[in-house]
Amino acid sequence: MTSPLVSIRGLEKRFDLSGSFLEQLRFEGGRLRRKQEAVHAINGVNLEVQKGEALCVVGESGCGKSTVARTVMGLISPSAGEIHYGGQRIDHLDGKAALPYRRKMQMIFQNPYASLNPRMTIQQTLEEPIRFHHPDWTAQAVRDKIHEVMHSVGIDPDWGSRFGHEFSGGQRQRIAIARALAVDPEFIVADEPISALDVSIQAQVLNLLMDARESRGLTYLFITHDLAVVEHFGTRVAVMYLGRVCELADTRTLFATPRHPYTQALLSAIPKLEDDRPNHIRLQGEVPTPVNLPSGCVFHGRCPYANERCRQEVPMLIATDGGAQVACHAVEEQRL
Amino acid sequence: MTTATVSRWDRFRESFFWYSFKRDKVAIASFLVLLSMVLAAVFAPLLAPADPYDLAQINIMNSELPPVGLDGADPAFPLGTDAQGRDLLSTILYGTRVSLMIGFGAVILQAALGILFGLLAGYLGGKVDAILMRVADVQLSFSTLMVAIIVGAVFKASFGNLMFGEIAIYMLIFIIGVAEWPQIARTVRASVLAEKKKEYVDAAKVMGFGTPRIMFRHILPNTLSPIFVIATVQIANAIISEAALSFLGLGMPETQPSLGSLIKSGFDYIQSGSWWITLIPGLVLVVLVLVINLLGDWLRDVMNPRLYKG
Repeated sequence: MTSPLVSIRGLEKRFDLSGSFLEQLRFEGGRLRRKQEAVHAINGVNLEVQKGEALCVVGESGCGKSTVARTVMGLISPSAGEIHYGGQRIDHLDGKAALPYRRKMQMIFQNPYASLNPRMTIQQTLEEPIRFHHPDWTAQAVRDKIHEVMHSVGIDPDWGSRFGHEFSGGQRQRIAIARALAVDPEFIVADEPISALDVSIQAQVLNLLMDARESRGLTYLFITHDLAVVEHFGTRVAVMYLGRVCELADTRTLFATPRHPYTQALLSAIPKLEDDRPNHIRLQGEVPTPVNLPSGCVFHGRCPYANERCRQEVPMLIATDGGAQVACHAVEEQRL
Repeated sequence: MTTATVSRWDRFRESFFWYSFKRDKVAIASFLVLLSMVLAAVFAPLLAPADPYDLAQINIMNSELPPVGLDGADPAFPLGTDAQGRDLLSTILYGTRVSLMIGFGAVILQAALGILFGLLAGYLGGKVDAILMRVADVQLSFSTLMVAIIVGAVFKASFGNLMFGEIAIYMLIFIIGVAEWPQIARTVRASVLAEKKKEYVDAAKVMGFGTPRIMFRHILPNTLSPIFVIATVQIANAIISEAALSFLGLGMPETQPSLGSLIKSGFDYIQSGSWWITLIPGLVLVVLVLVINLLGDWLRDVMNPRLYKG
């Protein structure tokens, strides 16, 4: 196996809830105590993205998948762990030192209504990053580049003098994709890029992303909660639950033989045409709060196969004979 | 290039801004009155029958002549003369000029300080925010007039009356500008806090743009509408502050009168029947401030449609 393009090692992110030092002080039982609380958004995520693949990260809302995306892009700094790009550690770089990686890594956002600056024309939106990263380019070269990216995302280059609000959601998302492509990135993090779009537009934008992957040799880290999209788009899938990866497998393997109990429950929730009776797995209870994480396996409270070891010990991602990596004691002990 | 300017003009003519302006009679009237006052003030040297700053043109024998239409009026002085024999119409034109200069100058200074500190506080957050906003709170707890009185008195004592007359206009701009910047800084900070969470800011960060570039090129243009609204009201406030200071004798000297110092200079003669020296500049001041405030109200409605029509 070649070395991965992006590797995420032991990533953790906590968001502090308790505020400043004075706000942390509490009177409890007649004594002054310092109380600190934090949301544990990511708890030790290890992922490797190979060059050319489309790694999908799925999970329900609040499982930390967007936080992973934003941490990889350097929009939030991790509480612990490292992010490497092409063998170089990048999570501690800032400003000028990170600039070469900014060009290679780009991001597509969820909400196309907020991701375009309302006071900038499309021309300005696309021109600024190109000029910023290529200050030596001539005006003609910049214009050609803008023309090329607008053409490749299916936006008429003559619309450059219009503002973002004059376009529909799908067109805006195309423009946002054009902005990301304008600096010729190798790696694109897409944070639910189609979930805010109309269903009829979703497929178009998804196909656009897949075409760009082939023609430009892109690598994707694709965040989504839509399993149909994963099946269509992803080469590999990472399933996240409460800030941990519970299963990592090729798309085909995962959809054919889900191993982790959570993945099984998740996949059984996809509605199927041939069913006349829903037979999805009903999980007990609700997702625990990420403020007080459960001990051991984060899924043990809802898992029908949990035993004493699951309540005590955190399961690691372990390769199984099917090729999938699963973090589950039951799978490891072959109880499942 | 020409196509770009044409399209911008077209865009303006199709905008809601222009549409609502055309439909609002109060806004049109206020704008026309303000425009004519500003033009009259700007072209005062051309329009005024006399130069009130030129001592050679003043004859003390002409003092306290009433406006045309009253007994003893001189047709050479349509609005009468003040106690020193200056033509009141010319003096009002020059005075409006001084008042408007102080109003606009002070607001430009306020806006520069307010936008800079508001952007820094809102965007950087944390300690910068805490320090800047506490400074603003402290600043707001002093009354503008009180600060101006102290600073003005110190300046007057240390520079002497003659020197003070020359720098008075800059000093007033400085005092009113510095005293009122927190108003704008708070407004800017509030909009920056809302804007910086939007994804276009994240997109700019991901592009690797530096903090100053993101603050001034991406966030600032999106916070301009509330700044516009508050700046309009602040111009009126600055003119009133200047008039109040001048009335107290700490503003413009009588040799270069603003509207406020004209009102004050006439106040001593109001009992002796020369009411026009105070009343006419007073009316001009009221109209000027009123139309600016009316325009500010209209601007707020246009830029913040949810405020009233909710």
